Amino acid sequence: MSEIIVLKKGLDVPVKGSADLRVSKSMTPATVAVRPDDVKGLLPRLLVKEGDRVLCGSPVIADKKNPEILLTAPVSGSVKEIVRGEKRKLLAVLIEADDTQEFVDFGVSNPAALSADEVKAALLGSGLWPMLVQRPYGILADPAATPKAVFVSAFNSGPLAADTEFTLGSQVAFIQKGIEALARIAPVHVSLDASVKDSAFSRLTGCTLHLFRGKHPAGNVGVQISHISPIRKGETVWTLPLHGLAAIGKLFATGRYNVRRLVAVTGPAAIEPSYVETVPGTPVKCFAPFYGNTPELDRFISGDLLSGANVGEDGFLGWRDDQITIIHEGTEKEFIGWIRPLRWKQFSTDRSYFSWLTPWRKYDMTTNLHGGPRPFLMNDGYYAKVLPMDIYPVFLAKACLAGDIDKMEKFGIYEVLPEDLATCEFVDPSKIYIQDCIAKGIDLMLKEMA
Amino acid sequence: MNKIFEKGGKLYWLHSTVDAFETFLHVPGTVTLKGSHVRDAIDLKRLLILVVIAAAPAALFGMWNVGYQHGLAMGQTGVHILEYFWFGFLKVLPLYLVSYIVGLGIEFASSQIRGEEVSEGYLVSGFFIPLIVPVDIPLWMLAVAVAFAVIFGKEVFGGTGMNIWNPALLTRAFLFFSYPNYMSGSDCWIAFKKGETAVADAFTGATPLALDGPAQYGTGFWDLFIGTVPGSVGETSVIAILLGAILLLWTGIASWKIMCGSVLGALVVGWIGNAAGITDIPCYMQLLYGGFAFGTVFMATDPVTSCQTECGKWIFGILIGMLCITVRLFNPGYAEGMMLAILLLNTFAPLIDHCVVSAHINRRERKLKAA
Repeated sequence: MSEIIVLKKGLDVPVKGSADLRVSKSMTPATVAVRPDDVKGLLPRLLVKEGDRVLCGSPVIADKKNPEILLTAPVSGSVKEIVRGEKRKLLAVLIEADDTQEFVDFGVSNPAALSADEVKAALLGSGLWPMLVQRPYGILADPAATPKAVFVSAFNSGPLAADTEFTLGSQVAFIQKGIEALARIAPVHVSLDASVKDSAFSRLTGCTLHLFRGKHPAGNVGVQISHISPIRKGETVWTLPLHGLAAIGKLFATGRYNVRRLVAVTGPAAIEPSYVETVPGTPVKCFAPFYGNTPELDRFISGDLLSGANVGEDGFLGWRDDQITIIHEGTEKEFIGWIRPLRWKQFSTDRSYFSWLTPWRKYDMTTNLHGGPRPFLMNDGYYAKVLPMDIYPVFLAKACLAGDIDKMEKFGIYEVLPEDLATCEFVDPSKIYIQDCIAKGIDLMLKEMA
Repeated sequence: MNKIFEKGGKLYWLHSTVDAFETFLHVPGTVTLKGSHVRDAIDLKRLLILVVIAAAPAALFGMWNVGYQHGLAMGQTGVHILEYFWFGFLKVLPLYLVSYIVGLGIEFASSQIRGEEVSEGYLVSGFFIPLIVPVDIPLWMLAVAVAFAVIFGKEVFGGTGMNIWNPALLTRAFLFFSYPNYMSGSDCWIAFKKGETAVADAFTGATPLALDGPAQYGTGFWDLFIGTVPGSVGETSVIAILLGAILLLWTGIASWKIMCGSVLGALVVGWIGNAAGITDIPCYMQLLYGGFAFGTVFMATDPVTSCQTECGKWIFGILIGMLCITVRLFNPGYAEGMMLAILLLNTFAPLIDHCVVSAHINRRERKLKAA
């Protein structure tokens, strides 16, 4: 194992509502959604119609550009509804789940004995392929590409994120199988949290283990890649979440497409936050016991507070997510808020408040913006202190705003996804949507480089 | 906000103004729309009000000093805290009124034209402007200068955060070049009532910098440090400015690199000048004269117009300090170099950043190639 990479910059947002380490419920929801929007870069082509019967692992949606890339059903049942939005955009395929689950049999095999193409074929056919994210740009992985390496972060550092030691510590054998499979395609790098003693994942073999210590975003795979082996122009790497690696392992070990996972239900507005075992595409309403009778006052986020998606009460758990965060909408005005010397209930990293005196405190945060949007005023250094990457965040964001491809390239657009700059957005006194700037910059790159 | 102020409403042209007052009273109930769902409690209003608080000791002392200098000119002795402060307060208050009414008026109007919220930037600039002008400056001149600085120094570039030069210094530069008689020499630094003239024997109202040769020692180290000398309203007291500096550095709003760099640069050039026999003034005294301290702490560290990069901040600060003292040493006609040094470096800050960032990119590319 290599030496510990210590990241001094970063920020752990001290918010209340972390999940207790217990599984409060294991469920198969009555209705499950398959949503093409969960996979960036996928152009959906519908493969089923209403009333069709599907098994767990049956194809539901294919990609138009690469028809072999499939999204498959996470449960067995019948197609209940096909939800379309404006211009008939496919939003979701709703599947009514059976009482007893039936699986497509993909056959048990030993991945170590397979070739790279056979592993790819197995992932494509089962519908696990979209679990892979291709960097730069964070898009659907291209089956024809040969990545430089595959990176997996074995820990989450985001606010209230699921504890992987708890959720996946018992599935090390499957993860090991998954590593063996992906290692047929490219070298696998797994990053561990150095502050966890005796990590269940420290015994993984067939991959390169890296140890990271630091505040968020130390657990972001993008930050880890920039410290392990930065992405150069023209290179591609693949990443996937740890539970995705376990799912790949299960595919080879059991022959089944099984994306059931432990989901952390968290957030300052969550009642008795804890873990739930379920499948992706679970409606948020299935988490009703975790929120009160006034859901219109809450925000439901699939993912974490810094970079998750606001899915609403009618939304669904994201395909790659293992966390639901519930938080009150902060629509109350605060009388002379900004000039009060203490503002005891608010958290700020800035020394003009006094949160630094109580580093142990957790705060009951809301979604209030705490100000109005302004142009960038503070120096780059104000943002760089929470970004453990060799990048000038303000220069990069400004290049993205200006749509200057040449500068975006130089300032490191290949190395980042919006989520990596989430802490910069959090501390920004100018209240700029920095992640949105980066996302727009990436979209521009995709358009221009295509 | 009331409906008539919203788009399409009758009073939409007051939209930005109403919004400014509303957000002044309340932190608005707006929520995050995308990206990070929670945000830090800090906002620009909070950051900028801290700068004003940091400058408050210098302003309060400056007001007292206006009265004190007037008293000296009238041949009075003693400290008379309240009496002098009240005299100075009445003299400085009109400057503040003009500064804020003209500056904020333009700011509100241009925010409305752009359809944006009113930015808080002028809160600070408007507080600084009366502190860096002579107390007896005619108010109409100040109004013209403020209008020039806000319109051509800031709004044409897109408002706060987009400006190249420090608006407060631009005001002073405008006054300096347009009305030099009111901005230099020995008559402008002391406030007089109508019809008064100095009665004290051998009294001179020149700032220590404007005096020649040994006469400069007429005001000793402690006078300069405490600030009981003639000068622009807020620039004389080094100790009051230091109080502000401590607050700015502690909260991290101002960069310690720029402040240290500026002091370092001034000491080096001051020492060279002293050693080479160009001046008799010991280098440390240069830090106390004129607007150096005020400029270093409050003007050079403006995050918008200074360098963005950490390395650039050092270069920026050092060059300001060096240039300021160089102007003092070699230009007897213009004894105060701080204003021009900062404005010049404001102009070059993007270039310095460009060089630092280019060097960083090259280093990164080499590292990536080697990897």
